[in-house]
Amino acid sequence: MLSVRNLKIGATTYPPGENPKDIEIVHGISFDLERGKVLGLIGESGAGKSTIGLAALAYGRGGVRITGGEVLLDGEDILKTDKKGIRQIRGARVCYVAQSAAAAFNPAHKLGDQVIEATLEHGLMTRDEARERALYLFKILGLPDPDTFGDRFPHQVSGGQLQRAMTAMALCSNPELIVFDEPTTALDVTTQIDVLAAIKNAIEETGTAALYITHDLAVVAQISDDIMVLRHGETIEYGSVQQIIENPQEEYTRALISVRQTKQREARDQSNALLSVDNISASYGNGFKVLHDVSLHVPRGQTVAVVGESGSGKSTLARVITGLLPPSEGSITFANEALPPQHKQRTRDQLRRIQLIYQMADTAMNPRQTVGQIIGRPLTFYFGLHGTKKKQRVQELLDEIEMGSGFYDRYPAELSGGQKQRVAIARALAAKPDLILCDEPTSALDPLVAEGILDLLMRLQAETQVSYLFITHDIAIVRAIADSVAVMLQGKLVDFGPRSSVLSPPFDDYTDLLLKSVPEMELGWLEKVLATRRMESADN
Amino acid sequence: MDTAMDDGKPSRRRLKHRYPLTVLILQRLGLSAGLLLAVSILIFGGVEALPGDFAQTYLGQSATPQAIENIRSQLGLERPITTRYFEWLGNAVQGDFGESWASGNSVSEQIGKRLGNSLFLAFCAAIISVPLAVGLGMLAVHFRNRVPDRIINIVSLAAISLPEFFIGYLLILFFAVKFGVASFPATVYDGMAFSDRLAAIALPTATLVFVVLAHMMRMTRAAIISVMSSAYMETAELKGLGAFKTIIKHAAPNAIAPIVNVVALNLAYLVVGVVVVEVVFVYPGMGQYMVDAVTVRDMPVVQACGLIFAAVYILLNMVADLIAIIANPKLRHPR
Repeated sequence: MLSVRNLKIGATTYPPGENPKDIEIVHGISFDLERGKVLGLIGESGAGKSTIGLAALAYGRGGVRITGGEVLLDGEDILKTDKKGIRQIRGARVCYVAQSAAAAFNPAHKLGDQVIEATLEHGLMTRDEARERALYLFKILGLPDPDTFGDRFPHQVSGGQLQRAMTAMALCSNPELIVFDEPTTALDVTTQIDVLAAIKNAIEETGTAALYITHDLAVVAQISDDIMVLRHGETIEYGSVQQIIENPQEEYTRALISVRQTKQREARDQSNALLSVDNISASYGNGFKVLHDVSLHVPRGQTVAVVGESGSGKSTLARVITGLLPPSEGSITFANEALPPQHKQRTRDQLRRIQLIYQMADTAMNPRQTVGQIIGRPLTFYFGLHGTKKKQRVQELLDEIEMGSGFYDRYPAELSGGQKQRVAIARALAAKPDLILCDEPTSALDPLVAEGILDLLMRLQAETQVSYLFITHDIAIVRAIADSVAVMLQGKLVDFGPRSSVLSPPFDDYTDLLLKSVPEMELGWLEKVLATRRMESADN
Repeated sequence: MDTAMDDGKPSRRRLKHRYPLTVLILQRLGLSAGLLLAVSILIFGGVEALPGDFAQTYLGQSATPQAIENIRSQLGLERPITTRYFEWLGNAVQGDFGESWASGNSVSEQIGKRLGNSLFLAFCAAIISVPLAVGLGMLAVHFRNRVPDRIINIVSLAAISLPEFFIGYLLILFFAVKFGVASFPATVYDGMAFSDRLAAIALPTATLVFVVLAHMMRMTRAAIISVMSSAYMETAELKGLGAFKTIIKHAAPNAIAPIVNVVALNLAYLVVGVVVVEVVFVYPGMGQYMVDAVTVRDMPVVQACGLIFAAVYILLNMVADLIAIIANPKLRHPR
């Protein structure tokens, strides 16, 4: 039905200080998709997945344009179709589900109107028929109150519901093909599994074909019939799900499959507390309480992972520890001394000993400063280093993060995501801290790059005995690096203890749900989990 | 005392949560009233602090100290400033701005007529410039970075760069003097036919339109372009909607708030900033009245004009705020 032949896609880049350059980002990709089948496109960012997906709608984002090849929809090349013809294909025969439904819905219109808009635009149904179909789709996607769901505005429903509404929007016109562009990446794991199940169910019910784009092999294994592994705009491997997961041929595919493995043995003695947080409660200015009576401790030279979904208060906990948000109750002890609640009241040495690494290394760096300036700043601030001494130390730090002194004069914009995060780590290390608060430092990175960052952090811990408070929503990371684990839910600590006891039975209820929701690299995992859930709810 | 605070706080928060729109609107109204009060103090104090003295100016160089003193006590100037302020404010709230020192006529009556004239002129300019600016802005977005966009941009920039008196004189030169199709000066009087009145203000209206058009047009363009780059516009395009439909249906509702803001700012400018245009065209509006009053230090008139201008300015900005608040679906439909 969809047949892509030797697809080539180019773009114009504007490197700083040079003339604009035309580059090719997809180099001759071919695949076939039959009616009712799902093809998973997988690869890291920059692999060209989304670009290929959008090419199925003859669309190029920004300066991207399709430079060669054919995209045959039922034998007709849509790249040769005129503007009007393409408009008749988009939204009617081929639909698109974006990564961030929150941004992809227009905040000014009701969800129901947006869901049926394309169907009405193309004259496929009357308004009443379209409404009825939307209602049916809301039901099979498991949305709450399907009768009135369409009357709500995008800001009135949750992220997971929006993502399902977006799927309903794509399915509404009964398209032959839907392009799913990382539809669950922005969601929490416990939400992701529901959306995944809803999408899979809807695809089966309606018999549409789908291109499913993701960077998570475990997710794509649950939903696709075929998988294409992409890297740098080229096909690495293309085959059935079974073959790719169980018998990968290429080194790169094998690396993707084996990403999640234990790196660190759990420490035996967890009593020597460097930081201890006792009965902390905190709220923001509007009086909304975000932390309720949280107590935990971080032993010297060890890693404590804080897991929880968005809104669980993980990052707020880090803000309280740094003194950016003074707690309303409770106390913080660091190296056997009470820490003043406000960062302004802390001594420079106290500030030095606790450093932060952020999720978005991008926004945590001044884009107008060079790497040397960024890393050198704490050296001057805390140790008064200047001139050659400072430069020498920066270069040592660059070596430590495995980047080398060649990066000294580069700007953040010239670095990749992983390199930026490494620079952020070097900046934290420059202060010679005892504790680094890591706020999801790898969640914006591709799996193999994230892997490298985790390896680096573990090596630095072994060398310098630095402690980490590692905030994450990814259980796989917790399994890989944590000595102890704190599980948070709605501002409360629901479980805290050594990794081996938190992550093995008997579980706390929520920890159990969290663990069971993490997709595993196993065929049929989704069905199994859903079946268990159904049994459990039948029991109740 | 603690319990009382605890009781009061959650209920207020609930109210704010349930009716965020009403609460916000009431807040804006209160804020505007407070602002106006502050402005009234500034105006009264400012005028009071001006160097020079009405009595001195009125009587001329040869005035005896006794005569000056007489006039001052006649006008009640020997009383303390706070007494005079509250008396003035109290009367102003009831619409009475006292009597002109120069002519002895009621200020309210004088201003009433002239304010009507100024508002009429501003209204005519607004009714032409607002739709024109928004329309041109949309057109510029549609032809973004192509010839029509460039032409719209260059012409509007040129218009905004020339001072209004210059544009005014240019228009007079061409349309009144050379081609003779428009009338000058823009004299209006009671009992004038409506069509004659429109003909008389054609040139000042055109001048004002030129002055405010560019700003509104460019802000409309910028607002729509920033909305155009958002993800939901891509969604609309990938639904197969036509270009103009995506702009009207998906971009415009989200661009309302910034556009309304700049429109209100310019409308306020139309009312307040007509001073120069009124002088150029000898139009009997508020601006000219105020300029005349300043030259003879006729304080009640200056204060009244200042307060009315401030009120119009605050009112228009408040309306813009309110429209922007109401246009926000998150406030209109709380969770």
